[in-house]
Order: sequence, then structure tokens, then C-alpha cells
Amino acid sequence: MHEVSVAAGILDIVRQHVLAADALRVRAVRVRVGDLAGVVPDSLGFCFDAIVAGTEYASARLEIDVVPANGICGECGLAAAIDSLPPFMCPSCGSPFITVTAGDDLVVVDVELDDGAGGLQ
Amino acid sequence: MSVMTIERKVLEKNDSLAAANRKRFAQNGLLTLNIVSSPGAGKTTLLEATIEHLKNRVRIAVVEGDVQTDLDAQRVASYGVPVVQIVTNGGCHLEAGLVAEAVDRLDLDAIDLLLIENVGNLVCPANFDLGEAMKVVVLSTTEGADKPLKYPAMFRRASVLIINKVDLLPYVNVDVDDIKRHARQINPDLAVFEIAATSRLGVAEWCDWLVARLTAGHA
Repeated sequence: MHEVSVAAGILDIVRQHVLAADALRVRAVRVRVGDLAGVVPDSLGFCFDAIVAGTEYASARLEIDVVPANGICGECGLAAAIDSLPPFMCPSCGSPFITVTAGDDLVVVDVELDDGAGGLQ
Repeated sequence: MSVMTIERKVLEKNDSLAAANRKRFAQNGLLTLNIVSSPGAGKTTLLEATIEHLKNRVRIAVVEGDVQTDLDAQRVASYGVPVVQIVTNGGCHLEAGLVAEAVDRLDLDAIDLLLIENVGNLVCPANFDLGEAMKVVVLSTTEGADKPLKYPAMFRRASVLIINKVDLLPYVNVDVDDIKRHARQINPDLAVFEIAATSRLGVAEWCDWLVARLTAGHA
């Protein structure tokens, strides 16, 4: 359950970027989570909601973009999706020397702010 | 709606604290191991066996991470080495900041080898760099041969695999060669040791390898 730590880390980063006066305008926080990042997206969403509850970010929802894992074979050079292989073996030559090229991400991408349009102001 | 771009790694705070730890360990000429496993694989017994074997040759200190209690720290302290206990109060892994605080309570100039025993968990500790020179994953024969395939992140990031409880092989339906094959399928560069920490079988080979790393400047 380190999704709690990850959710807290996400909120820390958002707080560093969003002006305190704008906190209530944050509608969504978008994160990129790789298949190999060791994070369960549903758990992360649940933990984020729990972490922001009662804060000025309570109305912000977490949007998660999942990035599939990809790798390159160190012996034959084939590039392939890792989850389509037996763990970390090249589907062409069987080599275990796979370099991961995508799917390790755990990144806060952006936040979506409500501009207050629509006559509320 | 307007969008504000951020693009920052979620674990960057832990990563930067880990980098600071790593620099500090290097400045003190310290070899630091982050020892990980599922609960009950034998991390603490491995520490006891390693300390017992090396304490006349190598100056060792231990950082113990546990969800609750200082039972492990008490066990290790009885071997006469400095021990700092971190109780995570439910936290499933150690983080670099906790280790930095723990290490503040040790005299790093008087240590050659720092052994950090992580919380028993094969999932979360894989994501949190502590600043160690290498991760050592302990897998006991009673856990089955499929664990490297089920927990690839941990095995991929480890440098050493210690297969513990090999004295129980006659009683469990596990082939050590299957464990090694699966582990090397995930990480072909793993150094592998087969031991029985309780009876000290194989401990000398593991300790000799560690001493070679210490004298080689941790290469």
C-alpha cells in the first residue's frame, strides 16, 4: 500500500506549483503511471481521494494515464511490448538482456484549473 | 478550463534524499546494502550470520526497519554492533529520509559496512531508493520458485539474490535451479548465493564475496 505515499507525493508536487489562491480552482490532476512503476491505478485513485479529503484540493480528481511497458533486446535489437512476453525475455531470440524503454514512469503531468467562466463570477 | 504543465517525478523527493545518502556513504567509504524480502524469508537471521562471521574483520552497523516492535533490533544488538531501529508504524517500506535520520545516530567514520534491513515486503520497497550501493533480495526455498516472476520489479533492481533455507529443500517441492532460472530470466546480472542462515551453511561464501566488494572499493 505505498500508494498512500505516492498520493501524498503527488499532492506535495501540486502544492509546489499551484498558487495557494488557486487551490480551489484545481479540478483535475493528471499523472502518468507506467506498467512497471509498481503502482495499482485503482488504489492510487482511492488513496488520492482520501489524502485530499478535507483539504482545499478536495474537489480535485486524479486522472491516470497508464503507459504500457516496452523494451529493446540487448542481443538482437528487437523492440517489443514487455507485457506480451514471458517476463523480460525477447520473443524473437529468447535473450533475457532486455532494456526497458518505457513503463517506469511515475510523473505528475499537469493540473486542470477552472477559469471561473460560465457566469459564476 | 486552463491547463498548467508540471511534468515532475512523483518520487523525486525520495530520489534526491537517496542521492544525498549515497554521497554521504561514499564520502565515508561505506558499503551500504538494502536487504529486502517477503516477511519470514530470513533477513534478520542472515544479518546475524553475516555479523557473526565478519565482525572481527569488518566494522558493521545495522539499520532495522519494521512496521512495529524493536524485536529485530534487540536480536541484532546482542551481537555487539551498533543498531538503529526505524518503526514505520504501518508503513510498508523504508524511505530515504527515514534512513538519513537513522544514520545521523551512527558514527559513520567507525563503520565499513552498513546493513539496512527493509520492511518485509517484495512490492513497495522496490520503488524507494535509500541510497544503498546494492539491493540484496532474500528468497527462502519455502516461498516457491515462481516469486521472481511474480515480483519482477524487485528482482530486476537487485544485485544479489540469496536463496535461504536450502537445508529445507528435502521437505519442500522446490527446485533451486528453477528459482535461479526464473531470477536470471528477470535479471541476468544477479549474483546468487545458496545458504541456510540458521545453520550458517554457505554463509562463508557470501561473506567472502562481501569482503571482496569492500576491498575492491565497492565495484
